[in-house]
Amino acid sequence: MYKMYEIVCKKRLAHKETLFEIYAPQIAAKSQPGQFLIVVPHERGERIPLTICGYDIKKGTVSFAFHEVGKTTKEMGLMEEGDCLLNVTGPLGNPSEIKKFGKVLCVGGSIMIAPLLLQVKAMKEAGNHVTTVLGCRSKEFLFMEDEARALSDKLYIASDDGSIGYKGLDFLKELLKIEKFDRCVALGPVVMMREVSEITRPYGIPTIVTLTPIMIDGMGMCGVCRVTVGGKMLFGCVDGPEFDGHKVDFDGLIQRQRMMLPEERLSSMLWEMHGECKCGRNKA
Amino acid sequence: MESVNVAETKPKPKIKKEAVEMPKQEPKVRVKNFNEVALGYTEEMALEEANRCLQCPKPQCVTGCPVEVPIPQFIKCIREKKYAEGIAIIKTKNALPAVCGRVCPQEEQCQAKCVVGKVGEPVSIGRLERFLADWEREHGFQMPEKAPPTGKKVAIIGAGPAGLTAAADLVKLGHEVTIYEALHVGGGVLMYGIPEFRLPKVIVRNEIEYIKKLGVDLRLGHLVGRTVTIPELMKSGTDAVFIGSGAGLPQFTGCPGENLGGIYSANEFLIRVNLMKAYAFPEYDTPIRIGKHVVVIGGGNVAMDCARSAMRLGADVCLVYRRSRDELPARKEEIENAEEEGLVCKFLAAPVEFYGDEKGWVKAMKCICMELGEPDKSGRRSVKPIPGSEFVMETDTVIIAIGQTPNPIIQRTTEGLVTDPRHGTIKVDENCKTSLDGVYAGGDVATGAATVISAMGMGKKAAKAIHEYLMNKK
Ligand SMILES: Cc1cc2nc3c(=O)[nH]c(=O)nc-3n(C[C@H](O)[C@H](O)[C@H](O)COP(=O)(O)OP(=O)(O)OC[C@H]3O[C@@H](n4cnc5c(N)ncnc54)[C@H](O)[C@@H]3O)c2cc1C
Ligand SMILES: Cc1cc2nc3c(=O)[nH]c(=O)nc-3n(C[C@H](O)[C@H](O)[C@H](O)COP(=O)(O)OP(=O)(O)OC[C@H]3O[C@@H](n4cnc5c(N)ncnc54)[C@H](O)[C@@H]3O)c2cc1C
Ligand code: SF4
Ligand code: SF4
Ligand code: FES
Repeated sequence: MYKMYEIVCKKRLAHKETLFEIYAPQIAAKSQPGQFLIVVPHERGERIPLTICGYDIKKGTVSFAFHEVGKTTKEMGLMEEGDCLLNVTGPLGNPSEIKKFGKVLCVGGSIMIAPLLLQVKAMKEAGNHVTTVLGCRSKEFLFMEDEARALSDKLYIASDDGSIGYKGLDFLKELLKIEKFDRCVALGPVVMMREVSEITRPYGIPTIVTLTPIMIDGMGMCGVCRVTVGGKMLFGCVDGPEFDGHKVDFDGLIQRQRMMLPEERLSSMLWEMHGECKCGRNKA
Repeated sequence: MESVNVAETKPKPKIKKEAVEMPKQEPKVRVKNFNEVALGYTEEMALEEANRCLQCPKPQCVTGCPVEVPIPQFIKCIREKKYAEGIAIIKTKNALPAVCGRVCPQEEQCQAKCVVGKVGEPVSIGRLERFLADWEREHGFQMPEKAPPTGKKVAIIGAGPAGLTAAADLVKLGHEVTIYEALHVGGGVLMYGIPEFRLPKVIVRNEIEYIKKLGVDLRLGHLVGRTVTIPELMKSGTDAVFIGSGAGLPQFTGCPGENLGGIYSANEFLIRVNLMKAYAFPEYDTPIRIGKHVVVIGGGNVAMDCARSAMRLGADVCLVYRRSRDELPARKEEIENAEEEGLVCKFLAAPVEFYGDEKGWVKAMKCICMELGEPDKSGRRSVKPIPGSEFVMETDTVIIAIGQTPNPIIQRTTEGLVTDPRHGTIKVDENCKTSLDGVYAGGDVATGAATVISAMGMGKKAAKAIHEYLMNKK
């Protein structure tokens, strides 16, 4: 029998990308593609939002993948199977709209490739023809390529430096000239989602992006996640996290994401200097 | 010798007009720390203050208390130094005396009605209540008796004062009680809203431990509406539900520039500072960025808590309120405390627009002057802007504390639950029953933002109604 919020399985996906499967039967029972969790690693920890990338109702587990970017995610990278997170809340946010659209283009970048594949799978099961694009910084950051190939009708790979697949997303512009899509789903870094939205805009392909503003509670209490969509102020956590990419004010989002940057850097730096991890495990 | 009727022969002892002062941290010291401001009575002080009570046979004070704490009875126990008995008397009506003794607006409730108040300062009922509750915490809690199990299951949504009170009463009556709380800690506003320096969190945690010891199952990180819904709970064997989910949805001004960095809702600011302990960053992981010149918009208790927290983080704080000083809705004591700590107020002004620097951080705010009009139906004076009176004030942090409404997640996921379309509150009858059979609601979610004690009062009332409902249900 697992303990609540126990890490049942830990998988290294790439350099700094890790997947956790954790025990939380109440969340597993309700999870749907597109939803996210709020994870609190320990007593003094932050609440951080992470997208669901898998669930197993029988086993009572739910999975998420995270990129080690700052204090909290780096610290979590050091946790092992058998360790417990203090709390995981979810599933939060609205589920993705999954139905038969026809031809769907799914574009995933960096760590968000993991949750994208959950959508690819669901879109496929709903009877769509799915073209998947995986984007990464360079070759060594790519993961889940085989899973993606198995799930999709067509697979393209792109990297920022061209070390694998196409260089950048310009090839998509060419692709759209010859192929027609009924829907596009983009999940990844904000600049990537903005680029994809601009590429699909001239063709009027409905493009759904997952916004990642800073969040605290994830249920509509604090308003830190406010984003501007179609000129209206909305809350990323309860009105989203998915929005119409053609209506999102991406610049405003980027600006708000950077709000606490100096503090985040300080926290990360201090932690690296002192090497103390509060879950009781010392930094490697 | 037989005693004669002493009261009639001896002249009545003169009642001291002044209440015994409660020691406080000095303003200059306290504005630099997050420790509790009011330090509590010593035993001598409590005895002296208890002696000011006239032990009225028809106590008016009790009529001012929303849960009718038997005030003269517990004060008598203090006089006789029977502290354990005193706290037991309070707890028959009030499950959270350490909290209420600190944060009840006593000057409008019990103490407003005290007869001693007609000749001098009223008896300090709240301070005495706090004294007994603190005494109990130091001497260990007594466990009350529990009725035999009834086999009935009740789900409580939200671990704020309303939910905790209903849970405590229902578990004592023998029902199986589970609380579903969305956050990773229980306590509601007591944990995430009211700051440490007014209500130390160790007190709230103690109260929650007590309720868990009574046998209540507290499930944290369960957002009802997402993790589980009310219809699902009812289908899987829950006999009754109490909704005590509070009023946690922040309001914004709608002025241009509100999404700039450095503009916080009161909730975000207080959640960061209190719940996530950003004042101890980087020891705790959640940061808060605060500048030198903080503007707090609003004038209620929430605005005061934001202002006083910001001062403790080292900022100069200016409160901008659209009415005048006389209309400030915050407790008088808190306004005085804040002013002693250095709060500056700008009355009769309202924000119009926020301006940012090149990095997207707020740097100034345009305001407009307001003038008071005639009182409206509710007795509050209306306000209107004075055309052409705009002025700009510099600021690097803005906290918006202009009110909260109930979070709609539960309402949206519970078919048939009737709500008030204007305020978003859940409609209940005089027994806290909602439009759905077996579903009750109370606290801020039913009344809109109110007080701790009124939320508890409704939790109690609902528990009674739920008990009757369950015992009549086949
Ligand atoms: C709805 C939602 C879903 C998300 N899903 C995932 C996911 O599946 N996997 C994953 O790795 N990350 C995801 N994120 C981002 C993740 O929450 C942040 O990476 C995490 O909070 C960083 O915490 P930290 O303490 O390690 O880093 P911090 O010290 O907080 O930040 C380090 C760096 O990350 C950036 N950052 C901080 N918060 C965010 C954020 N919310 N979004 C984007 N960048 C941020 C900062 O600007 C900074 O440069 C998601 C965010 C949201 C809002
Ligand atoms: C800053 C501030 C200062 C205040 N100061 C005072 C004061 O000095 N004196 C006073 O008397 N009153 C004060 N109040 C008001 C008082 O705190 C509230 O009236 C009281 O807490 C309401 O209690 P409640 O139980 O209804 O709701 P809350 O205390 O709001 O608790 C509701 C709980 O339900 C949880 N919840 C919400 N939705 C869900 C869901 N869908 N599923 C599961 N859980 C959910 C929330 O996380 C929360 O824990 C203050 C309020 C604030 C914000
Ligand atoms: S609960 Fe509040 S109102 Fe009632 S007696 Fe105590 S302090 Fe007064
Ligand atoms: S009204 Fe005042 S004096 Fe009379 S019993 Fe109550 S507290 Fe005592
Ligand atoms: S994260 Fe707090 S309201 Fe969205």
